Amino acid sequence: MDAAPAIELRGVSRRYGERWALRDVSVTVPAGSTLVVFGPNGAGKSTLLRLLATLLRPHGGEVSVLGEQLPRREWAVRGRVGLLAHDPLLYRDLSARENLRFHARLHRRPEARVEQLLELTSLTGRAEDPVRTLSKGLLQRVAVCRAILHDPPLLLLDEPRANLDPAAAALIEPLIGRESGRTRVVTSHDPVGGLAEADLALGLRDGRAALLAPAAEVDVAAVEALYR
Amino acid sequence: MSAREAAPSERDAAAPAPPAPPDPKPMRPTWVLLRKDLLLERRAPESVPAMVLFSVTTFVLFHFGLGRDEVDGTLAAGVLLVTILFAAILGINRLFVSEQAEGGFDAVLLAPIDRTALFLSKALALFCFLTLVELVAVPAFAVLLLGPSPWGGIGGLVVVLALLNGALALVGALVSALAIQTRSRDLIVPMIGLPMLVPALIAGARACAPLLAAHGASWPAGKWLAVLALYDLVFGLLAYAVFDFLLED
Repeated sequence: MDAAPAIELRGVSRRYGERWALRDVSVTVPAGSTLVVFGPNGAGKSTLLRLLATLLRPHGGEVSVLGEQLPRREWAVRGRVGLLAHDPLLYRDLSARENLRFHARLHRRPEARVEQLLELTSLTGRAEDPVRTLSKGLLQRVAVCRAILHDPPLLLLDEPRANLDPAAAALIEPLIGRESGRTRVVTSHDPVGGLAEADLALGLRDGRAALLAPAAEVDVAAVEALYR
Repeated sequence: MSAREAAPSERDAAAPAPPAPPDPKPMRPTWVLLRKDLLLERRAPESVPAMVLFSVTTFVLFHFGLGRDEVDGTLAAGVLLVTILFAAILGINRLFVSEQAEGGFDAVLLAPIDRTALFLSKALALFCFLTLVELVAVPAFAVLLLGPSPWGGIGGLVVVLALLNGALALVGALVSALAIQTRSRDLIVPMIGLPMLVPALIAGARACAPLLAAHGASWPAGKWLAVLALYDLVFGLLAYAVFDFLLED
């Protein structure tokens, strides 16, 4: 894997008040590859995603995303990152179509892109319903559309298959899975499924990198040990 | 459409995007955000009805609390503008709630737009809300409390209220952005916003008083209009300068 790195973290730390959420984390992710982040609740996975998304600033270390140093050039990264967070980041009283059109306008993307994504995710029939009336699975599909409608080269996915049945998970796979061809950082609690889609595995425990290796060299037991 | 069928077209569409070039229409994101705010308020009215109800209720309370059927001049200006100010606090408290409560804030912050657009859209939304509130509140005030007819000075009153709304909107958007990042949003807005708005209230009341007096003027004194306009200009520039920093982590 000799592609230029899409993400470089060197000794990155981040705290909330007195509590360190990330401590001295270093990892390099080549462009087009997938980093899967494992770790128990509170290990720092979501904090890592928010740092990479420019929504948080590091309190130590160096962060480079898509060749841009953060936070100095965070403006150059915005618009090139797709974030699928725990919250869907949607307005509940607007319909799926209205939400996506709003984001398409902010990202200067044509409305045809919205219709394309609604069709690809089989949401056309519910596109006019307020998203507060959608099930969690449908909501997750709309959130996926929002995260990728601007064709970001980097996807940050926080447990992307949560709430999805197998059919829905298969439906979004071409959009956010390996075959999308994008660089991906994915958090997961599923050692088997996570390692299967990873090029690189990072295990976090109390904010520290307890495991970092090519996925092919990591066995399931090592990931499971993070949760004990 | 199956996942397999969907894959090729999506892959074609997913070419890595370079940094977005500068928007040739810098005000466009502001209108996009404003349109969304107005749509949300129309779809699920919260701020405007609450502000209208608060204003009318306050006039009724003044009616009985003052023990007078009619007020005019300085007292009338004070009652009207203080009521609008407190009603505005309700709107300011809720200005960023849709972003925070509904989780859309992060998605907006990730868009390749100048964050000033967010400030301008919120200030414009609050200006629109206040204007709608005043369309009900001012006639209600005239019916419930005001002695003299307001028609003689209605043009001047509209100008004063527009300038005061500008002050409330600019300071309100700034304070609301600050408060939304704290746990005590409902306390921060009045504690910071009200002292900041005292100069605007004084100028507004002085400008309004002769318009609401018996046989009063038909146009406010130019110096108080100038003070209000200057206040709007200063706080507009201040907000423009600091808003980006308020949103930083």
